[in-house]
Amino acid sequence: MSHAAPVLRVDALRVAYAHEHGAVRAVDDVSFTLRPHERFGLAGESGSGKSTMALAILRMIKPPGRIEGGEVWLQDTPLSQLAPEAIRRLRLAGIAMVPQGSMNSLNPVVRIRDQIGDALADHGTKLPRRELAARVRDLLVDVGLPPETADKYPHELSGGMKQRACIAIAICLRPKVIIADEPTSALDVVVQRQVMETLGRVQAELGAAVILVGHDMGLMAQFVDRLGIMYAGRLVEVAPIRDIITAPRHPYTRLLIESLPSLEKKGGLRGIPGLAPLLRDLPPGCAFHPRCPNAEARCRTEKPAVRPIGPDATVACHFA
Amino acid sequence: MTPLLELRDVTKTFAAGVLGRGRNVALERFSFTVDPDRPRVTAVVGESGSGKTTLARLLLGLVPPTSGQVLFRGQDLHALNAAARTDFRHHVQAIFQDPYEVYNPFYRVDHVLTTPVRKFRLAQSKSEARACIEDALRAVGLQPGEILGRYPHQLSGGQRQRIMVARALLLRPRLIVADEPVSMVDASLRATILGSLRKLHEDLGISILYITHDLATAYQVADSILVLYRAAVAEAGDVEPVVQSPQHPYTQLLIGSIPRVSTVRDWASEPVQGERDSTPAGCRFADRCPSVMPRCRTTVPPLFQTAPNRAAACFLYDSAPALPEGKVAAVLAAEQAKAPCAAV
Amino acid sequence: MLSYLRRNASLLIGIGLLGLIAAFIIIGTFTVDTSNAQPLSVPALQPPSWDYPFGTDRQGRDLLAVMVAGTPLTLWVGFVAGVIGVGVGAILAFTAAYYGGIVDTIIRSIADIGLTIPGLLVLIIIAVSLKGSLTVNQMAIVVASLAWLNPTRTIRSQVLTLRQRGYVEIARLNGMTGPEIILRELMPNLLPYLSATLVTSISGAILASVGLEFLGLGPIDSPTLGMTLYWVQFNAAIINGWWWWWTAPLIMILLVFLGLFFLTVGLDELANPRLRRAA
Repeated sequence: MSHAAPVLRVDALRVAYAHEHGAVRAVDDVSFTLRPHERFGLAGESGSGKSTMALAILRMIKPPGRIEGGEVWLQDTPLSQLAPEAIRRLRLAGIAMVPQGSMNSLNPVVRIRDQIGDALADHGTKLPRRELAARVRDLLVDVGLPPETADKYPHELSGGMKQRACIAIAICLRPKVIIADEPTSALDVVVQRQVMETLGRVQAELGAAVILVGHDMGLMAQFVDRLGIMYAGRLVEVAPIRDIITAPRHPYTRLLIESLPSLEKKGGLRGIPGLAPLLRDLPPGCAFHPRCPNAEARCRTEKPAVRPIGPDATVACHFA
Repeated sequence: MTPLLELRDVTKTFAAGVLGRGRNVALERFSFTVDPDRPRVTAVVGESGSGKTTLARLLLGLVPPTSGQVLFRGQDLHALNAAARTDFRHHVQAIFQDPYEVYNPFYRVDHVLTTPVRKFRLAQSKSEARACIEDALRAVGLQPGEILGRYPHQLSGGQRQRIMVARALLLRPRLIVADEPVSMVDASLRATILGSLRKLHEDLGISILYITHDLATAYQVADSILVLYRAAVAEAGDVEPVVQSPQHPYTQLLIGSIPRVSTVRDWASEPVQGERDSTPAGCRFADRCPSVMPRCRTTVPPLFQTAPNRAAACFLYDSAPALPEGKVAAVLAAEQAKAPCAAV
Repeated sequence: MLSYLRRNASLLIGIGLLGLIAAFIIIGTFTVDTSNAQPLSVPALQPPSWDYPFGTDRQGRDLLAVMVAGTPLTLWVGFVAGVIGVGVGAILAFTAAYYGGIVDTIIRSIADIGLTIPGLLVLIIIAVSLKGSLTVNQMAIVVASLAWLNPTRTIRSQVLTLRQRGYVEIARLNGMTGPEIILRELMPNLLPYLSATLVTSISGAILASVGLEFLGLGPIDSPTLGMTLYWVQFNAAIINGWWWWWTAPLIMILLVFLGLFFLTVGLDELANPRLRRAA
């Protein structure tokens, strides 16, 4: 494992939403580091807080949500200390996001070339027409799109092409961190492979780090280096992907891996009994204890702290 | 025995383009039967644009075919009298993808359960109806006390989808068309819901048509599989051989593109050719096929029956006999060869 | 409910203003002698004083009594015309949107053609052609004759969006017939929207009726707000400096419209959850 200084460091981040019955903690004391060139996965089911986490890193939480505490460092810069204008400039140039649902994030009445141009101009890079065209062409080639895509409108592109156009916008300022929030969930399996291959290639060329937020464990297994599992707003396990698959420590991770349908042979379909808790109605102690096969008295009263169990791994369980 | 539901050479075309001049063929010359005596769980796997949703809507009578016939117990579905229509609605039911949209936000969730009980006269009294509903909820793993009386927005997506399965169970249909029933549900809950569907089939002999893009769950839950590509059947047969040794190049591409939970990282290593927009004559997959031959671009390959329990629409297998009239049902309900006196 | 009212300021203001007007009318009916709203009841052209808080007009009407008697009449015209307009419009809209095809085309075309004709012009022609003087109820019918055009269009659009919803398909799978689906599944979801449309329709009807009355085409014997303004104009009250004569009806009309406007905005937000501001 490289011991270079982390490019992103999240430290005890807490995000809460105001709700009529009290504050709802969507991200509860989450810490992790991201090394340069690393691919980090953030997996969790709906209501786990992973998308809120991604927005919080970009400081895009809107009221009634609020970052309650903790810090996010981009290299040496603590993001909470920056003025709003500085944060705005950091987005796309320092940390870029490829959002879910490409159809919704591209302006339907603006050509692709101009969307990239707008992104560049917004960050002070106003290029003369010919230079912009060349820059756009290079970006499109980087993401594997034909050059004529520059003149097209979003509705003329397929889902996969649109998503790759979003990747092009995300990398146009050569960011150090790319956050991809479910970038392929709306896409077909074959197209998904194309888009992820593009993302991986682009990331390697830029030397950037990637945070892949999603719920498809197969995708995580094939793409990321380290994986963090979120449950009820907490990071219950972080480990190299190999270890997560072969020797998961947290019971939720273990049950999750076991519940995935395999293509190798037919077996029983095994889900995790019970339901994921609503964030506004968390059980006391460990949030997973009602569904945990190993739960004991201690789990019902005491919230397990996040413990390091290796150079790059942590787990939040009393018995792991 | 008249099949319960039959699609005979059905084509469905939608108007497309700015002035409705273009034509979008959603499903082409498709034939399919549901046999009431031999209930199966059949998976229909395809990506967007393959025609699988159109297939579901045709089977449910929500859209009429452009050509060909949809027959319920031998009669044209769109020409049934009122009694036959009620019979159809009773015995052919559906579970849809979106557990949010199927609930009328104005009513409590009880509404989706009490309405069919009332419309199909499943109970003689209110208390009997209540008992029926509670049994159905328990059968899918829900506690009636936690569910009844609530509004849809108070329940999770998984709970709502399970209620839909309970609703299907209440009616005891002969066929359930499940259109992506778990794609909007969390991974940990998918197995539970699909397990309930499988149990419905095993305990009550209900045929299930499981329509999805997720091959892994299709493999786990179904007996037979149909792979659709761009409005036509690419491959069909028993699920084990089709998934473990796919014959059609598209099926091979599809299975190869699924990222597996394994420490072997062979997935996104080579770029793959994307879909072109053209509607070529001949095989729909020709422009992406690694084994394409000149004949593929001019003639549409029929379904070749490569084994008693499987078929592929590819000229690579033209030594095998072609299925008459594309009747794919022949490979979907093939009885496994049983040894005499074997216990079933 | 109350907590929602606190968040939905418009709804609160709207209900408040209309409540104020209602209180004025109710208290007024018990305290003021409404027979003084007829001509030749009191001394003419008195500026506001303790005896006549709103003053009196040239024909000897106590303007306070006129307000107390006339405001409910104006509101009544608006209410009747509004309800008929939305009622007819809703029936036509549901039918057109649910059944589609030729039915939709016919209804839609009639509404579209109707909407292009200047409404006030049509109303004037109708009012002028009716023999004899109008009663308040006849006024309401005249205004109602055009009030259904816009609601038909807008409600139809709403129904069209709802028609595609999953629960409508489930209803079809339950064997429900068209009218049953309209009544049981679609209608309840449109109640907030229908209420908002109703209030808008009432506003429009009041405006139309005041307009007709101002032109002298209304019920000439009734002390409605519009007729009062007609007399103001007929007697050149503004030039003559009888400011109290036109101030009272104008302020009342203003309050009515403001109240209805805020109510519409508030109901709009209620109908469209996306407009709701977070707590």
